[in-house]
Amino acid sequence: MKERVVVADLSRLPLHGLGSASLTWWGTMAFMLIEGTGFALVISIYFYLMSLAPLWPIDAPAPDLGPGTAVTVILLASVVPNTLIARWAERQDLRKVRVGIVVMSVLGIAPLVVRAFEFPALKVSWDTNAYGSVIWMLLGLHTTHIITDLADTLVLAALMFTRHGKNPRRFGDVQDNAMYWNFVVVAWLPIYACIYWVPRL
Amino acid sequence: MIGPVTKPDTRDSELDRTRRDAALEDTWATPLGLWGALATVDHKIIARRYILTAFCFLALGGVLAMLMRIQLAQPEARLLGPDRYNQVFTMHGANMMFLFAVPVMEAMGVYLVPLMIGTRNIAFPRLNAFSYWIYLAGGLLLWIAFALDIGPDVGWFAYVPLSGPQYGAGKRADIWAQMITFTELSALAVAAEIVVTVFKQRAPGMTLDRIPLFVWSMLVTSFLIIMAMPAIMVASTSLILDRLVGTHFFNPAEGGDVLLWQHLFWFFGHPEVYIIFLPAVGMVSTLTATFARRPVFGYLALVMALIATGILSFGLWVHHMFVTGLPRLGESFFTASSMAIAVPAGVQIFCWLATLFDGKPVFKTPLLFVIGFIVTFVIGGLTGVMVASVPFDTQVHDTYFVVAHFHYVLVGGAVFPLLGAVYYWFPKITGKLMSERTGRWVFGLVFVGFNLTFFPMHVLGLEGMPRRIYTYQPDMPWHGLNLFVSVSAAILAAGFLLFFIDALRSIRSGPPAGFNPWNAPTLEWAMASPPPSYNFARIPVVTGANPLWEQPDELAVADGLRVDRRELVVTTLAAAEPQARESSPRNSIWPLLAAIATTVMLIWSIFSPWAVVWGSIPIAITLTGWFWPKHVPEDEA
Repeated sequence: MKERVVVADLSRLPLHGLGSASLTWWGTMAFMLIEGTGFALVISIYFYLMSLAPLWPIDAPAPDLGPGTAVTVILLASVVPNTLIARWAERQDLRKVRVGIVVMSVLGIAPLVVRAFEFPALKVSWDTNAYGSVIWMLLGLHTTHIITDLADTLVLAALMFTRHGKNPRRFGDVQDNAMYWNFVVVAWLPIYACIYWVPRL
Repeated sequence: MIGPVTKPDTRDSELDRTRRDAALEDTWATPLGLWGALATVDHKIIARRYILTAFCFLALGGVLAMLMRIQLAQPEARLLGPDRYNQVFTMHGANMMFLFAVPVMEAMGVYLVPLMIGTRNIAFPRLNAFSYWIYLAGGLLLWIAFALDIGPDVGWFAYVPLSGPQYGAGKRADIWAQMITFTELSALAVAAEIVVTVFKQRAPGMTLDRIPLFVWSMLVTSFLIIMAMPAIMVASTSLILDRLVGTHFFNPAEGGDVLLWQHLFWFFGHPEVYIIFLPAVGMVSTLTATFARRPVFGYLALVMALIATGILSFGLWVHHMFVTGLPRLGESFFTASSMAIAVPAGVQIFCWLATLFDGKPVFKTPLLFVIGFIVTFVIGGLTGVMVASVPFDTQVHDTYFVVAHFHYVLVGGAVFPLLGAVYYWFPKITGKLMSERTGRWVFGLVFVGFNLTFFPMHVLGLEGMPRRIYTYQPDMPWHGLNLFVSVSAAILAAGFLLFFIDALRSIRSGPPAGFNPWNAPTLEWAMASPPPSYNFARIPVVTGANPLWEQPDELAVADGLRVDRRELVVTTLAAAEPQARESSPRNSIWPLLAAIATTVMLIWSIFSPWAVVWGSIPIAITLTGWFWPKHVPEDEA
């Protein structure tokens, strides 16, 4: 077909969109919607099984509060440096982002260490009964999300110390990673309530 | 074709047309040869593979259907034994739903959505390549298992306790469950790509009310996939856990519940029907407008109907469970919602009829399939309203009446529009026209064969013939109709065979199609057929819902993009105003490597839970390789 150039040219547009003009930002949103649906479904299974059981928890004491609460505190505390790193990334401050991403890497490892004590604190095995199965699944699913985001953070941390670091794309990646970490933290709160507090009601 | 390397930061406006197109080809093309084929991220090449693979699975599923029809043509037949028959009907259902219907609809979206909205590649093209390899691996897993006599034999919905550890010995049910993981992973990936493509890559000026209806339908479908498919992944994962490590999700003796499976399965399974049906609706709207030679009647009503159907589809799942003894009030709610979905369906039917009535319809093969669709789908919809009623459903549940009903809505509702769509878009995809004369024969054989095959099944169901039986005794009153059905199925199969022959022959020796053989209004017809690797030499600027009818002679375009970098335009969500010259990733072998690593992990995990631990390490390595920045212009910002 013949072409007819109409509007002012596109050549002045930036080479990369930031925030909601970035495709990966939207991709992260879509991924969070998928994962969030998954979390919501497993929580639904939890309440479905609870509604059928004459006693809840089934044949087990309520889990120990210690390790789970410690993880919750660490995760909530991590939101502060996470918010800061997102802000530094937005300002494209490479020096601060490098510091922040190291901090966030440590704050990704710390809850995993404590979580190793969370599984025994459940005081029930996954193969004891359906109650055990569903709380192990909730905890396992959330642990997978900490691990995957930690892996992403570590790779990104390595990248930020290379010559590829000083690039608006990388700062966008850091922002998206911070947004996803917030999702991992927020998703934990209803799971924490289900595992530790609902059996105490 | 490899021209001189273009200087960095060369703009399309600086070059004359020939040099510009050569430079774009240089930047966007997939190199010839094996490496190029394995590393390509061109949405058109990947979608072509998807479509071809899906049609191969259709043919294989058709062979299984014919085996069942030969078996059932007479009482006490001995072609298939009961065990093999269980595998055959399970494979037929699982194959048609997970390996044919959903992937082929998504593949049409992968091919057409970027072209229809005026962009150069789908969002996340490497994820798109990854999704195809994962889909292929899932399909091979299922069919190789079947060839080794370990194909699943628990029905396409794999109800527990039959599929659980107590009754489902061996690995057959695990093969089913892991095939689910493969196909849903690939479907979710494509859904995310389509959502982001439609949200952010529409051509400047393509506001929400100028989005082609097929694109709307793919957008709604993608959201259904995102909300529904996690349910089946959670379900199949729990099933594998029950079978492999002894969890008790579905074990009533230890506080689990078998109906939990049905809730999870159908919370996915009912939207699944609309995941298949809504793209078909989009195809029908597109074809109707083109061949009625007027814009579709009731654009807004059609978009609203798509969205309403999508939302309602999440409130219907219990109507698959009416005979499980759920509370009566709950059942009444689901009866009401099941009947309510007839309203948006009716709105669409009347909009299409109004378009045809007011237009000057040209009865080419694609339009014939649309008319066949309307007739067949209305019949299937009527029996759908019937089975939405609890007393009626209790009577016909698990009989051939239900088999007839869902083949009317799935084949009539989705496969007929798909065949019409293939006749319609084949010229764009291959550059060749299919035969109009053969097309009429295909339509006639498929339409007549289909109705003669499936209509009598309503009667068989009312006469009490159950589903999934491998044979029946001579004293049952079903023999005559079953023989009739089997003979009619041969007519239907002949129609599909002729379709495949026509397609293959047209690829080789069909007449050249030109840009726009149907004089259609949407942007995918603005470029040569097949489209060049970069789709649009310059990004179109849209001023109406039917750009090629509104400006028949010349396309309004914008310039200023670089030709040495894979560049496309990102626009705002609602108004489609340009925001950035975003880059689109280059070809890469990493998606294939990541898919291989994922395949190893998923198949290994059927046998050992440790696969998830050790198998994740290669996946992490391949994903890092995939995302690690290379020194290419696309990484500039």
